[in-house]
Amino acid sequence: MAQENGKEVKSVSEVTVMFAGDSGDGMQLTGTQFSDTTAFVGNDLSTLPDYPAEIRAPAGTLYGVSGFQLHFSSNPIHTPGDSPDVLVAMNPAALKINLKNIKPHAVIVVNTDSFDKKNLNTAGYDENPLENDTLAGYKVFQVPITTLTENALEGSPLSIKEVQRCKNFFALGLMYWLYNRPLEPTIEWIETKFKKRPELIDANMKALKAGFYYGDATQLFTTRYTVKPASLPEGTYRNISGNEATAIGFVAASQLSGLPLFLGTYPITPASDILHYMSVYKNYGVKTFQAEDEIAGIASAIGAAFGGSLAVTTTSGPGLALKTEATGLAVMTELPLVIVDVQRGGPSTGLPTKTEQADLMQSIYGRNGESPVAVIAASTPKDCFYMAIEASRIALRFMTPVILLTDGYIANGAEPWKLPEIDELPEINVAPLDESKEFQPYNRDEFLARPWVKPGTPGMEHRIGGLEKQNITGNVNYEPDNHDFMVRLRQEKVDNIAKFIPDLEVDGEQEGDILVLGWGGTYGAITEAVKQMRAAGHKVSQAHMKYLNPMPANTEDVLKKFKTIIVPELNLGQLATLIRSKYLIDVVSHTKIKGLPFRAAEIRSKIEEILGGSNG
Amino acid sequence: MANENMNIDKPKLTAKDFSSGLDVRWCPGCGDYSILAQVQRTFPAMGIPKEKFVWVSGIGCSSRFPYYMDTYGIHGIHGRAPAIASGLKVARPDLSVWVATGDGDLMSIGGNHFIHTCRKNIDLKILLFNNRIYGLTKGQYSPTSEQGKVTKSSPYGSVDYPFNPASLALGAEASFVARTLDRDPKHMQAMINRAAEHKGTAFIEIYQNCNIFNDGAFEVLTDKKSKADNIVVLEHGKPMVFGAEKDKGIVLDGFTPKVVSLADGKHTADDCWVHDEKDPNPLRAFIIAHMTDHEELPTPVGVFRQILKPTYDEGVENQIKGVKEKKGDGSLEKLLYSGNTWVVNGNGEVEK
Ligand code: SF4
Repeated sequence: MAQENGKEVKSVSEVTVMFAGDSGDGMQLTGTQFSDTTAFVGNDLSTLPDYPAEIRAPAGTLYGVSGFQLHFSSNPIHTPGDSPDVLVAMNPAALKINLKNIKPHAVIVVNTDSFDKKNLNTAGYDENPLENDTLAGYKVFQVPITTLTENALEGSPLSIKEVQRCKNFFALGLMYWLYNRPLEPTIEWIETKFKKRPELIDANMKALKAGFYYGDATQLFTTRYTVKPASLPEGTYRNISGNEATAIGFVAASQLSGLPLFLGTYPITPASDILHYMSVYKNYGVKTFQAEDEIAGIASAIGAAFGGSLAVTTTSGPGLALKTEATGLAVMTELPLVIVDVQRGGPSTGLPTKTEQADLMQSIYGRNGESPVAVIAASTPKDCFYMAIEASRIALRFMTPVILLTDGYIANGAEPWKLPEIDELPEINVAPLDESKEFQPYNRDEFLARPWVKPGTPGMEHRIGGLEKQNITGNVNYEPDNHDFMVRLRQEKVDNIAKFIPDLEVDGEQEGDILVLGWGGTYGAITEAVKQMRAAGHKVSQAHMKYLNPMPANTEDVLKKFKTIIVPELNLGQLATLIRSKYLIDVVSHTKIKGLPFRAAEIRSKIEEILGGSNG
Repeated sequence: MANENMNIDKPKLTAKDFSSGLDVRWCPGCGDYSILAQVQRTFPAMGIPKEKFVWVSGIGCSSRFPYYMDTYGIHGIHGRAPAIASGLKVARPDLSVWVATGDGDLMSIGGNHFIHTCRKNIDLKILLFNNRIYGLTKGQYSPTSEQGKVTKSSPYGSVDYPFNPASLALGAEASFVARTLDRDPKHMQAMINRAAEHKGTAFIEIYQNCNIFNDGAFEVLTDKKSKADNIVVLEHGKPMVFGAEKDKGIVLDGFTPKVVSLADGKHTADDCWVHDEKDPNPLRAFIIAHMTDHEELPTPVGVFRQILKPTYDEGVENQIKGVKEKKGDGSLEKLLYSGNTWVVNGNGEVEK
């Protein structure tokens, strides 16, 4: 074991850290900084921000605890970690909430300054847990973080409140020391962020360094840890969250298609970040329209689509519900439109800041009439980039609305992303106008797409709308046979997309006893669980559905090759229901609805239960 | 609204060029026919190429309007026309975007979109066909129906207070607010032209007779015998004078408008309130709007207010231009490879 400055340096392959504190303690910022720096030193990582719906919940309360979990490793990883090895607890409530999740013998760093009578009471502690055996078995480090921050900032022109607010940087600095991370990326960030307030640059930087040097100087810590860089493939990387990837994906799709990008939207948790990111890209010609409500968000996007833009609207479950009628209009008018639903806990307002996958049925079926749209889902933060492009490609080529499902977990979670080469990005083709045929608004090409003729084109003036259409002419038509024909035609158009999407791929044996079939944001946890099962000598296959409507053409063939299909979902079994009804194939539905992602262990134990000791 | 690109060699457009040729399916005698006719008469001379016009509508009798115009058009969903049109105009500022809507569509289900469109001053022309009734759903009272109205859904009389659309538009800071009547083709044409010339949200309330469910709602304002005494035609810079013999005028007593006789020798037209549609203070325009449905006062028609302020769509374009100048045009390369990136080399080592 190496020695450095009298301290032991221990090399570990992976660590899961939880930063937790009051919602006003700046834990999300601390976690994000730690992740960015960790990405920068070359570890693979995955994050899970978990914060309350209230912006500033009353101080010290259990429900006001904001946490940021981060898993980093010298090996490829897929999840933010099942349970933390290290807990940084800025107050008693943060300790209490997280104690049940952390590993036995975990490291706990507490800010002792916040363990006063009031905070202990608010957190429901009758006795100070630092003074009895509550924490027996853990490696507890008691650090007066607030006092140390105040000392470090003595003479600062900031108010005492502002000084105390710097304590998260002290904690960050200490963790940087403990895990051997460089300070530079955060210093750079502080310098840009507070450009206009030099006194804040000074204070935050001092707090950060004080935390770092405290680790070095104090007798408290005898061991530091290093986590070697992961051997990631050659390339340029950046750390990316799902919402940022979604935003960049649409800007890329705009560039790839040569079409101007229009986002009509209304702020809603946890989708608002997509709007924030996209509104920055003005020099890409991006127009972001913050509408008066969810309906105006999609309605304005429909107007922009009619005008020839790559039109997008973003929302979460309650907003998707409000957009249903307008989605039907886009189905009837056969306009290209992408609707992003960053799913959160429902029903109604539900759990705004927590994750769930319960909008699958709403996306596929939740409209009046037979109203088919394409539905696809992203599986990881970086996958949001590719699926935003894919959603745009399908919408534009097939002249149809497309719903792209992501969820709060992958939207807010981050991971390193190996940037694609520009020429690796897919082509995006717009349904072309067949000049040889006389223009008719509802003429169709081989994809059953109608021509997209934009206002301003002389001689092709036409009207579209929500009343039933006659094929080819697009004239309003109420005849029974025409309606029957058109309903089936719109369905066929969407079903036909199955011919132009990739097959469902199976990872592992192509047939056998067990297939774990997932969709969307459960990808990481399933992958980790399957990996662990295989490491234990079991044969377990995995497939992940990115296309939910239509499903890949080979889906039935794939599923028929397995004796048991386990479908883990963060809902009451929506994909399971779809599979059963579509293919008459039974599956084992494995569900969780706690507003939290699956842990790998929760999927692994289900697989073990099914195997019952057999297989491998 | 003159368009430089217009080819002067092109044959002049006529009203017929704007007719889609579809059978018009409003009830015979409906006021909507007159609105369609006046639009088709005014559009050819606006100097805008036909393909640049777009009509957007919601749901209701009025909202069938786009089908009858040979321009681009969207027949949308109930209440959402202003939102659809807003997206279209922001995406395509080169287009001349018009909204056809009714009192149920715009004042009830679409009220939110209406006020926010006005607030943002998006360059749209909104024609409200106000017949004070729900026509297409067969005769329920609407948000502009007078209190006490007996309809299928209010057999004992409606207890609702009605909206005054002009007042609502003014309250939402619309930059152009006007009112006209289906039975006064000349005046309606003038108002349509004024709206077309205006840059910003232009709102015209058109009193429209629904001869099936609310016949005669505006009869005193349109009937030859009663009309002169019951409406005052607003003209910018001119005193408010009305009556068959131009023998009555409006004076402003504090905030209260009053009718005075110009025949009794006590007052002349010079004493009357001079209409100033450009007044930056909206107060007087409100007073005018509130002269509506008032027993002692004539109902005003004409342009209540027209002020100029930058439009939302213009603002968006300017902002994009500004950011492009500052940051340079975006590219895929810049999009992906910017921000905090790091490089992993062939040996799996991190390079900064
Ligand atoms: S119901 Fe009334 S408004 Fe509708 S078309 Fe007939 S007359 Fe016109």
